[in-house]
Amino acid sequence: MNIWNLFRIAYKALMRNKMRAMLTMLGIVIGIASVITMVGVGESSQASINNQVSSMGTNLIMVMRARMRERGVSTGRDNVQSLKVSDVELIANNAEHISAASPVFNASGQIINGNYNWSGSIMGGNTELMGIRKFELATGSNFTDEDIKKYAKVAVIGQTIVEELFDEGVDPIGRTIRVRNMPVKVVGTLKPKGENQMGEDQDDVLLMPYTTVQKRMLGIDYVHMIMASASSEDVADKAVEEIETLLRGAHKIKDGGVDDFEVRTQAEMLEMMTSISGLMTTLLTAIAAISLIVGGIGIMNIMYVTVTERTKEIGLRMSIGAHNRSILMQFLCESVILSIIGGIIGILLGILISYMLSLVQGWPFLVSSTAIILSFVVCAATGIFFGWYPAKKAASLDPINALRYE
Amino acid sequence: MENPIIKIDNIRRVFKVGDMEVHALKGVSFEIHRGEFVSIMGSSGSGKSTLLNILGCLDRPTAGEYYIDGLPVSRRSKDELAGIRNRKIGFVFQSYNLLPRTSALENVELPLLYNPAVSARERHERAKYALEMVGLADRMDHTPNQLSGGQQQRVAIARAIVNDPVMILADEATGNLDTRTSFEIMSLFQELNAKGKTIAFVTHESDIATFTSRTIMLRDGHVISDNAVNTQSAQKALEELPEDRDE
Repeated sequence: MNIWNLFRIAYKALMRNKMRAMLTMLGIVIGIASVITMVGVGESSQASINNQVSSMGTNLIMVMRARMRERGVSTGRDNVQSLKVSDVELIANNAEHISAASPVFNASGQIINGNYNWSGSIMGGNTELMGIRKFELATGSNFTDEDIKKYAKVAVIGQTIVEELFDEGVDPIGRTIRVRNMPVKVVGTLKPKGENQMGEDQDDVLLMPYTTVQKRMLGIDYVHMIMASASSEDVADKAVEEIETLLRGAHKIKDGGVDDFEVRTQAEMLEMMTSISGLMTTLLTAIAAISLIVGGIGIMNIMYVTVTERTKEIGLRMSIGAHNRSILMQFLCESVILSIIGGIIGILLGILISYMLSLVQGWPFLVSSTAIILSFVVCAATGIFFGWYPAKKAASLDPINALRYE
Repeated sequence: MENPIIKIDNIRRVFKVGDMEVHALKGVSFEIHRGEFVSIMGSSGSGKSTLLNILGCLDRPTAGEYYIDGLPVSRRSKDELAGIRNRKIGFVFQSYNLLPRTSALENVELPLLYNPAVSARERHERAKYALEMVGLADRMDHTPNQLSGGQQQRVAIARAIVNDPVMILADEATGNLDTRTSFEIMSLFQELNAKGKTIAFVTHESDIATFTSRTIMLRDGHVISDNAVNTQSAQKALEELPEDRDE
């Protein structure tokens, strides 16, 4: 049996029932398209998480006040005052693997410029904070150590605040705005960064000398949190240990005692986010795979019906000299053609859908070649697996009975 | 004398139905020579169909030997039988058995698709030639539902002769056709026979058998008569038919 003839026979048999062939294919198309899309969505969201986390700085280390427990009840960290500005200096001066450290104060409040007002987030830090958080200046300059000493009323503002407070074309540098009813001079603006992995707008930020926020606005003597940069991502773990040792010493915590602070790295954040999105991807892909199986069963069902419907044709083919093997191969070939063409359409459709999703969601457009190759193999295997039984049934027909079948 | 195309030698066929043994053929022997036009007759239950299945290599005898073109076929495998059917035998069925929604030409090409020795070009040309032989040169692209019963049977006959078989085996080939069309088909068979084709024609209609050159009569699994026939011309019979009044 010539393989090309076989293909012709199978193709012609399919073309005799175009509508049915297309509907059968649809199951596979949907199955493969959803697998490709889901894997693509998974990989894209993964990549976008990676991008966003590294936009925060992969070597970012955050030291937070520990949550308190009083008689077994967690009371949160708001009234914990364990971190001091002196801790920041201690870390900056003594930790070997730390390149920069800054105290961080968070506040929010009304920011007003003339008729415009915006409720934004205010962040107090030292001159290093901009570098630690991977902010870059767009125009103007950062505040100076001198400003910190003087509790100066100056600010560097993010793009969102620029847009909310100033008319287009107006240069905000040198203008005075009101932050929580305090006149503040804008000295610089930041380049846009977009949203972080939590969907928070990173451009909705107003950076000020920490002394100004701590003393003038909040009137507190502790520090909300400390942000530091490890000198590289590889030594982040060592840097964390150093910070812990230093702070335990400074806070006089005995071995085995409970820390009054908490150290987190971006690597941990990344790991957490990755495991969540990985779980989602697995789940979605599993659902998509089920639809692929359903598509395969659709093929099997149709092929099975086809064999019964075409019993007489099978008898005829046998009577004019088709071997049992030729009949088997013909039906197998039909189901493989259905599943492979369906698969190719599905792959294209899946790529298209992933592309559109990436446009809508603003994800990087990623198509996994592994997913494509895998789904193609799965298609062919589906065709063979689900086509085998009906084909076997067709080939085992007795030509005499098949010819007389009505 | 030349070797016979068909030689069956004391063929028996026993079917087991539950505990019962049914003897469909109880020792049948005859020979068919090249160029003969033989009708095989018998009533229902005479073993006619069983004999046809064996002659067509669709079934194997329980005992006895069957030679086609000098080849013994009794103990061949299914695949070998399929090969013999492909190259040595052309079937014509009562219900035409054409593939639906498939052009006449492609229907005729079908047996050649199962013969790897035939190229696509040769297949095409032989199918065209076969359709010309049966007078359907202008209907090649028509699908079966665009053809009349007689034309469909002509396509089936073209399909039977396309691989140049040693024997055409017709099973009640006129059974679904009206008298006029039956005569036309018989006339076509006579033409093919005149061109040297060997034909075995299974029928239960005795007037159809008069167009053949020899009749083998079966009853209860035995050959009860095997006589030469005073052959009538189907063409002549066709001319003598009264004009259809309602057409």
